[in-house]
Amino acid sequence: MYATNYHRASSVEDAVKLASSSDEAKYISGGQTLLPTMKQRLAAPSDLVDLRHVSDMKGISVDGGKIRIGAATTHAEVASSPDVASACPGLAHLAGHIGDPHVRHLGTIGGSIANNDPAADYPAGLMALGATIVTNTRSISADEFFTGMFETALEDGELIVAVEISAPASCGYAKFPNPASRYAMAGVFVARQGDGSVRLAVTGAGSDGVFRHAGMEQALASDFSPGALDGIGVDDSELLSDIHASSAYRANLVKVMAKRAVSAAG
Amino acid sequence: MANVSMTVNGRTVSGHCEDRTLLVQFIRENLGLTGTHVGCDTSQCGACVVHVDGKAVKSCTMLAAQADGSEVMTIEGLASGGELHPVQAAFREHHGLQCGFCTPGMIMSAVDIINRHGGQLDEQTVRAELEGNICRCTGYHNIVKAILDAASKMGDSAKVAAE
Repeated sequence: MYATNYHRASSVEDAVKLASSSDEAKYISGGQTLLPTMKQRLAAPSDLVDLRHVSDMKGISVDGGKIRIGAATTHAEVASSPDVASACPGLAHLAGHIGDPHVRHLGTIGGSIANNDPAADYPAGLMALGATIVTNTRSISADEFFTGMFETALEDGELIVAVEISAPASCGYAKFPNPASRYAMAGVFVARQGDGSVRLAVTGAGSDGVFRHAGMEQALASDFSPGALDGIGVDDSELLSDIHASSAYRANLVKVMAKRAVSAAG
Repeated sequence: MANVSMTVNGRTVSGHCEDRTLLVQFIRENLGLTGTHVGCDTSQCGACVVHVDGKAVKSCTMLAAQADGSEVMTIEGLASGGELHPVQAAFREHHGLQCGFCTPGMIMSAVDIINRHGGQLDEQTVRAELEGNICRCTGYHNIVKAILDAASKMGDSAKVAAE
């Protein structure tokens, strides 16, 4: 790891100010992706602004059907939250299957989506749930937030403060993890709203990161059952192909995981 | 450079280190507590697992400066007065190790698992919870047996309220 300067932020304003003092500063929350990347010398921020002690960015609150999760809330906290489990069980399941227990004790929802790894779990969940990403300056819809592989709509220095979700009528997540890394080779989150509309998002498979599948959404809106997906094809021309799986294999996995996600949603 | 203070195994310690110093380096090199191992250094193997503020984390994937002000427990802090912790005793009893390199991380993870689940553990839960700890000798079988035995002996009184 190259040398860096560590700063501990005490508030959102403090964090933004600390980060703006250097062109090469990065926010660090759980650090479960950033630190391994720095150790490989694939990232070399001059300054790290630690968000773990910003109390305004932590915790989960539910108000009616609205769930607000602070950006510095860990995966373990989301996974074990009774509020999330009752309002949005698919998201609790998703959080409880990221990485391993040690990673879940430190890694955070804000860190995960800011990085937008094409095989991370949260982007699929937030995209399918139509979440709103709240930053220090504005609110961004999930559809507009995730712009491509490792790319988001965040401006330089912009800080994710919280994620807001409206509880769906039902939701489910299923992933096929890479046996070594536990990242998704294909992960599908499906959410059905009270009016019967369905959003379905796929992670791990797309060559440009998380994406929604319109054909599956339409089929599930008229018949919310795994069998409704039988006749739906997944185009493999835009899917990842690597040593772990070909794009054709991933296309099949997407369909299998989509059916499992629908079963899980019930 | 960072001035770092933390409580390690109940003792207040402080030291001077580079900001980029990993917690595991600080524990091993500044404090001389070499029971915590570095296996992969890529956040996968779990040999470096310690507890920070009561939670199991990979100390190769946290900066010492991030742990400033925290309570840290390493494998050296488990036994009391020459008596092995029940999880350590169970690993010995059930031959839950061969080369022993992964053992400190395995045991710290096992204590964390029992803290969270109490005595009502089943094999499937233990195996899923050991996702972040790699052992290349044992095939995990005796490790799982040891953890189940320790959990049942420690009972539900072992469960630490997460709240």
